[in-house]
Amino acid sequence: MAPEKAVVLLDERVSPFGQRVRIALAEKGVEHEYQEEDLANKSPLLLKSNPVYKKIPVLIHDGKPICESLIIVQYIDEVWVRGSPLLPSNPYERANARFWADFVDKKIYDSGARMLKYTGQAHEEAKEEFIESLKLLEGELQDETYFGGENFGLVDIAFVPFTTWFYTFEVYGNFSIEKECPKLVAWGKRCMERESVSKSLQDPHVVYELLAYLLKKKYGKV
Amino acid sequence: MAEAEVKLLGTWSSPFVLRIKWALKLKGVEYDFIEEDLQNKSPLLLKYNPVHKKVPVLVHDGKSIAESYVILEYIDETWKENPILPEDPYQRAMARFWSKFGDEKFLPSMWKFFISQGEKREEALVSASENLKILEGELKGKKFFNGETLGFADISLGWIVDTVSLLEEIMELKMIDEQRYPSLSAWMKNFSDFPGIKDSFPPQERMLTKYRTLREAYFATTRGTN
Repeated sequence: MAPEKAVVLLDERVSPFGQRVRIALAEKGVEHEYQEEDLANKSPLLLKSNPVYKKIPVLIHDGKPICESLIIVQYIDEVWVRGSPLLPSNPYERANARFWADFVDKKIYDSGARMLKYTGQAHEEAKEEFIESLKLLEGELQDETYFGGENFGLVDIAFVPFTTWFYTFEVYGNFSIEKECPKLVAWGKRCMERESVSKSLQDPHVVYELLAYLLKKKYGKV
Repeated sequence: MAEAEVKLLGTWSSPFVLRIKWALKLKGVEYDFIEEDLQNKSPLLLKYNPVHKKVPVLVHDGKSIAESYVILEYIDETWKENPILPEDPYQRAMARFWSKFGDEKFLPSMWKFFISQGEKREEALVSASENLKILEGELKGKKFFNGETLGFADISLGWIVDTVSLLEEIMELKMIDEQRYPSLSAWMKNFSDFPGIKDSFPPQERMLTKYRTLREAYFATTRGTN
């Protein structure tokens, strides 16, 4: 078998978007070099590999960079075909997976971030949207093991890093995610039983400390 | 065997709907187009896209697919003639990247420029121009973003062809000129000359009126707030 071409991941340990890629690489058993980026002092390699956004994660495979976390995850699935596929084989189910992965970014992350950043009316509106979005996502999960059914897949990978943000969301939003979406919380715990997930994610209290620090520094939020 | 039923819910002016029409045309797929009134959403739209309640929505064999780039990939995987996405995973990732860039970075920057006034307008122009330069850089030497033939990224970015001309006419300035953006200018012509694309753009007079009205509405709401 030909030697595997070099795989390098430019990332930041705490990034949920980077965590998605790490989980996908672990699921597929892809050996890679991990490079931690200091986003206050971006490396020449990062600037060269992602000149458009200058962001992490970036996967560099055989010298060619791929950017944007969900695009990277799909790339990983298409290149390393061993193990369980991260996307279903049926076109309609694939479309459904892409739709919900996009939903995580467009609705859940967006409203969650606004809820953390803002106060007053804007905060309340964001909180309402956030809880509604979580419920919609839970509606998609129902009583399945994973969003991919029996298979851990794209939507699971897209959302699972944000489960470590639940504690932070609850403190800033003053509500219980378990009360609102018990199935999502149970799903999160099931995912944590996978080594790819538990090794890639951070402890929720560590996440809280970091987010609290950033929110205070950037937005004066306490 | 009866032809599977394909419906497209959309509006006459949406660039996101237009890209689906292009993809279906390229693949030779017959479909029913259902014009939606977004100010008065139909039960059909609410049934087929309960999450976002937006267009376009593709309905195939009674099953609905929403979000334009998700629909494009579905179309490509379901009807195999004239592939939109390349086979190579790296090229596919690039196609998806440029499609996303168009929607998430370039389009908002153009829109912001279009609706801004004064100082904000100057800032917005700088941002939109930077994005144009990025697209020009990606295109250099290529006929299409996809290479020799039109593909996923071209279809996703095709809204530039008529919309930018529209905005240029309303704002009375030229954004994509041949001198500064030779590749992009050539691409716009190659794209609009491509079979199936040529006469597909929405009626320009109607679009001009629509966008002029929208711009006036924005100016009216921001008047006196500077």
